[in-house]
Amino acid sequence: MLLDSLFNGVAIGSVLLVAALGLAIVFGLMGVINLAHGELMMLGAYTTYVTQLIFKLPLLKPYYNAYVIVSIFFAFIVSGVVGILLEKTVIRKLYGNPLETLLATWGVSLILQQFVRSVPLAYGTGLVISLIIGLFLPSVFSSKVKESIKFKYAKFISWIFAALAAVFSGNLISSSVSKLSRASARNVDVTAPAWMRGQVEIFGTAFPKTRLMIIIITLISVIAITLFLNQSAWGMRIRAVTQNREMCDCLGISTEKVDVLTFGIGSGLAGVAGVAVSLLGSVGPNVGGNYIVGCFMVVVLGGVGNLLGTIFASFGIGIMTDLIGAGRLLSIWPDMPLPLSNTINFFATTSMARVMIFALIVIFLQFKPTGLFPQKGRMVES
Amino acid sequence: MEFKNLKLSKKTTFVIWVLIIAFIIAAPSILPVFRLNLLGRYLSLAIVALGVDLIWGFTGLLSLGQGIFFALGGYCAAMYLQITSSSEFPNNIPEFFGLYGVDNLPFFWEPFRSPIFSLFAIWVIPALVAGILGFLVFRNRIKGVYFSILTQAALLVFFNFFNGQQKLINGTNGLKTDVTQLFGQMVGSESIQRMFFWFTALLVIAAWFFSKWVVKGRFGNILIGIRDDEPRVRFTGYNPVLFKTIIFSIAGGLAGISGALYTVQSGIVSPQFMTVPFSIEMVIWVAVGGRGTLLGAILGAVLINYAKSLVSEALPASWMFIQGGLFILVVTALPEGVLGWVQGEGPRNLLQRLGLKRKIETYPSLEIKNQTGGLKNE
Repeated sequence: MLLDSLFNGVAIGSVLLVAALGLAIVFGLMGVINLAHGELMMLGAYTTYVTQLIFKLPLLKPYYNAYVIVSIFFAFIVSGVVGILLEKTVIRKLYGNPLETLLATWGVSLILQQFVRSVPLAYGTGLVISLIIGLFLPSVFSSKVKESIKFKYAKFISWIFAALAAVFSGNLISSSVSKLSRASARNVDVTAPAWMRGQVEIFGTAFPKTRLMIIIITLISVIAITLFLNQSAWGMRIRAVTQNREMCDCLGISTEKVDVLTFGIGSGLAGVAGVAVSLLGSVGPNVGGNYIVGCFMVVVLGGVGNLLGTIFASFGIGIMTDLIGAGRLLSIWPDMPLPLSNTINFFATTSMARVMIFALIVIFLQFKPTGLFPQKGRMVES
Repeated sequence: MEFKNLKLSKKTTFVIWVLIIAFIIAAPSILPVFRLNLLGRYLSLAIVALGVDLIWGFTGLLSLGQGIFFALGGYCAAMYLQITSSSEFPNNIPEFFGLYGVDNLPFFWEPFRSPIFSLFAIWVIPALVAGILGFLVFRNRIKGVYFSILTQAALLVFFNFFNGQQKLINGTNGLKTDVTQLFGQMVGSESIQRMFFWFTALLVIAAWFFSKWVVKGRFGNILIGIRDDEPRVRFTGYNPVLFKTIIFSIAGGLAGISGALYTVQSGIVSPQFMTVPFSIEMVIWVAVGGRGTLLGAILGAVLINYAKSLVSEALPASWMFIQGGLFILVVTALPEGVLGWVQGEGPRNLLQRLGLKRKIETYPSLEIKNQTGGLKNE
């Protein structure tokens, strides 16, 4: 019984964790509140859907079973690229003004939602492909070209190339996959491949395989991001810029590049979370909104600037949600006094469990206002 | 946050007020009933926008949860109307209770039989809830984006709670008011609605005078001080928690009044008032109008909502794009809103860009603003 609860809690928590991970990085390292994070997740979920349909084409049919794995990479790239575009166009102008960033990213999230509703997914895919080409093609030129004045022509040409690619790939996809050729506001469903359906028995209890897959995705993302931040050169630069931006600038670290990279990775992780979310239920334009507040609660509870806090907070919230929402406390302790059991029954639905969790978080913040693992500092405004 | 305190000149304020009042007086005779009712609703939204301006424009607290207090006011008004016109239903309680097998009025609705209590409850209850919530958050020096996130989470929690409680407040269906009775007439009838329009218009003006009075003098100065440099206010010997709690509960009370007026004019209150987008929209009305101007909040609320209804009638899909674009545009290009732009350098810069006005040369040192750029270590 307890094991059941623990597993369910870990499953809920791991979705929260993978969703909050990107947010924690962007918020913790850059101080940017990204309300469009949920919509980046939504893009990841739609990427899974598109990948699935493309893998149903005769050419790729033999590899259909692997589409989930492939879509994780695709989702990371798609959301990451959209995130980079967002950083370069909007967020860059607003560093140091978190409240303004919050409003602007909310505007972005509205636009992304409506975009998915009113643009056919095939052309949306084409647009993303052109973004990838346009943003990354200039960087393949040799450094000699990059430093010359003519580099802007090279950039211009690569954007033209990107636009052509968008039209071409959009038409190709929409003509070969009819489901993607029309815009629709309806929810779509991602069906898990055969090897991910069904259940696995661990310690005598049955666990759905999709949940297990999500836990594995989460685990890999957490390990990868920790290794990246702590072992790689760029990870070190990111951490350095977090600690002292001016000094890094003086030492020749391109803080601009670091910002783009950090935001791109945070957004890419949202895409990975989107893959996980698409495995749980149907995918619609509003799918991100269901998770965003939960993610923020994780970040607030966990404290800023520490991934460990994020991990603890999301599993804590996950386990508590299951304990309260499924009314499991009653079965663990059957003969508790009546008023207490009535209270617990009152909160024993998923939505009421949220009410209870919020109350608990506010109470917790009365004692530790900066979260589980706060950043240490001596500033007045820390 | 770099933010200049906007002072509208007397002339601008006067002109705008003359226009507003002329419009309000003329509206009932030039607008069809349907549009007049819409205008009345949008005027009631102007009151909640005034509250947002008080806490965000003057005190620097960006609350994304004003929908809570808005809906609470709406529920208080709707419940009073439902109870007073429930004499023909079984057990003398509103009809919907019967659907869920509730025979007695829940105890906390009992006082709403009294009109005087209800009239107070509409603004006192939201103000109290805001005060308690605010105190718990401010006490721990939670501020900035953390405050915004917590208010948003609180909003979601209240939404879940109201959505799930059928037996107490009719859950997701909400409470209807248009078929209830007031002064012996249907609330949805034209004469009562016309009365509500005048009442709302008067209350908007009263709320503006009240807000003006709040931000005037020392109290207002401390609010602005908190917005610009809170630690310094604290070190000077003031307790920011107290001031923030007071202003937050004032804004909550205003939201409650606004919600009650909106409810009786739209005919229903439901948990939809507590959705996340609606509360963020309230902020954008103020941002577009010009925060810290009070008048901008009123203008923003009425004009944006009117534009919204016109655009969504003509092109339903495009409003989301326009609204999203508006958020981004206002934040990046017009941080002081339309009124701030008109009042500041905006028109002159525009004319200069178009080559219609000569550029004025000044010493470069006068034009250096905040040039540090990048992230500030906060």
